[in-house]
Amino acid sequence: MSDFIYFDNAATTKVRDEVFEAMAPFLKDAYGNPSSVYKLGREAKNAIEKAREQTAAAIGAKPAEIFFTGSGTESDNWAIISAAFANKDKGNHIITSNIEHHAVLHSCEYLSKNGFDITYLPVDSSGIIKISDLKAAIRPETILISIMYANNEIGTIQPIAEIGAIAGANNILFHTDAVQAVGHVPVNVVKDCVDLLTLSAHKFHGPKGAGALYVRSGVKLPSFIHGGGQEKGRRAGTENVAGIVGLGCAIELITREMAGESVRVRKLRDKIIDGILESVPNSQLNGHRDKRLPGNANISFDYVEGESILLMLDMKGIAASSGSACTSGSLNPSHVLMALGLPHEKAHGSLRVSAGRYNTDEDADKLIAEIGPIVNKLRAMSPLAK
Amino acid sequence: MEYTEKVMDHFANPRNVGEIENASGIGEVGNAQCGDIMKIFLDIDGDVVKDVKFKTFGCGAAVASSSAATEMIKGKTIKEALNVTNKAVVEDLGGLPPAKLHCSVLAQEAIMAALWDYSQKNGITIEGVRPPRAEDHHHE
Repeated sequence: MSDFIYFDNAATTKVRDEVFEAMAPFLKDAYGNPSSVYKLGREAKNAIEKAREQTAAAIGAKPAEIFFTGSGTESDNWAIISAAFANKDKGNHIITSNIEHHAVLHSCEYLSKNGFDITYLPVDSSGIIKISDLKAAIRPETILISIMYANNEIGTIQPIAEIGAIAGANNILFHTDAVQAVGHVPVNVVKDCVDLLTLSAHKFHGPKGAGALYVRSGVKLPSFIHGGGQEKGRRAGTENVAGIVGLGCAIELITREMAGESVRVRKLRDKIIDGILESVPNSQLNGHRDKRLPGNANISFDYVEGESILLMLDMKGIAASSGSACTSGSLNPSHVLMALGLPHEKAHGSLRVSAGRYNTDEDADKLIAEIGPIVNKLRAMSPLAK
Repeated sequence: MEYTEKVMDHFANPRNVGEIENASGIGEVGNAQCGDIMKIFLDIDGDVVKDVKFKTFGCGAAVASSSAATEMIKGKTIKEALNVTNKAVVEDLGGLPPAKLHCSVLAQEAIMAALWDYSQKNGITIEGVRPPRAEDHHHE
């Protein structure tokens, strides 16, 4: 595996050794149910409460405002669907954007089939919503705004604090899907005026199957998963103790190291972007040049298709991602790239490189060296190439 | 389902890539919206497909289907070429993931379109050769 280069950190990340070590006892001898009164149960309960403190500290929240869930998707569903139904007497209008993750978009689609009216804000060619559009979309019956912190495909970071201030001034709940942002850029629920925030452990070297929802104290959010009294009765189901412990450990470590790591990873990203755009003609960067996640590079190559690029990179031992239809499992290329106004063929020909803490300068060099010949080979067999 | 070894072999080392100057027939199917465009060039001598080349914009399955289909019709009679159906292409490749079956349909349609072009250029009717469909191909 030493020749393997992983450039798909936006999809998921490797669990850190320290995180694995912290989790291991709870998969073995410390297997107690946190709801049990005896020592084994109390130990598990204490471990969860420690993770809650770690998670709260990382985003400027109070521990009592953190609720653990099974995934970022569950957090998004819970936040949006429960907030909508809890406020339906007040209004039925929700504002989101057209580049959200499917966990948000499909939750909104579900609500639109259940009497709610959804406004999907467009984005500019760099993937950022216009504040004036947001202001214009607000109505007396608007009850919720859900705008992602940073986009998973193009890495674009939204003006979250500005959106939060507008939501607050209009007495509208504000949810943000911060799955790609937490641990990678500074996130503070107070400064950002956020009411509900989604995060997921496996995007910052924690385990899969562990997410959290921040619910600002005072915000009414009915349960989404019904059952026992876990998470103060708001999220039933026996806790994924090891996963929660891993989330807490991972978020503490990544937040502590963020200042240095984000600078290092940003340099790596810029090297990749500049290196590819300079060496491959007819290629372009998707998303904003600066207002983007430290690790995200998304580049379209004219005349070639994304899955073919990924297969050829895989043959060279490099793992990356694409917004082509063939990789999305649907008929259409990425809704995010289409929202930027890209023509179909450019959206199909996109490559997403997401760098992370285990990537080195040598990894970037190798990628830059390999991508040119791959694109040339594919262009040589493309009927679109001039 | 992942790609078979044979698909990956065709993708990594595609056969018959290129164009034929003054081709007897050219067929282009697919569209950029779906992410696959396939162009097939035929050199026909009498009723034999003497040479065939392709150019494809598309995923691994699209490239592999083009490559396999050209290999299957090269040196064959027109009648034999018409028997190279999408099912035959899939079989030759050892299978395709369900979401990628349309790529094999595209290959069959590209051959048909090229043979139609050949028949039109020469003002002849060939049994079994029909015009390309208005809708180039459908995802199934």
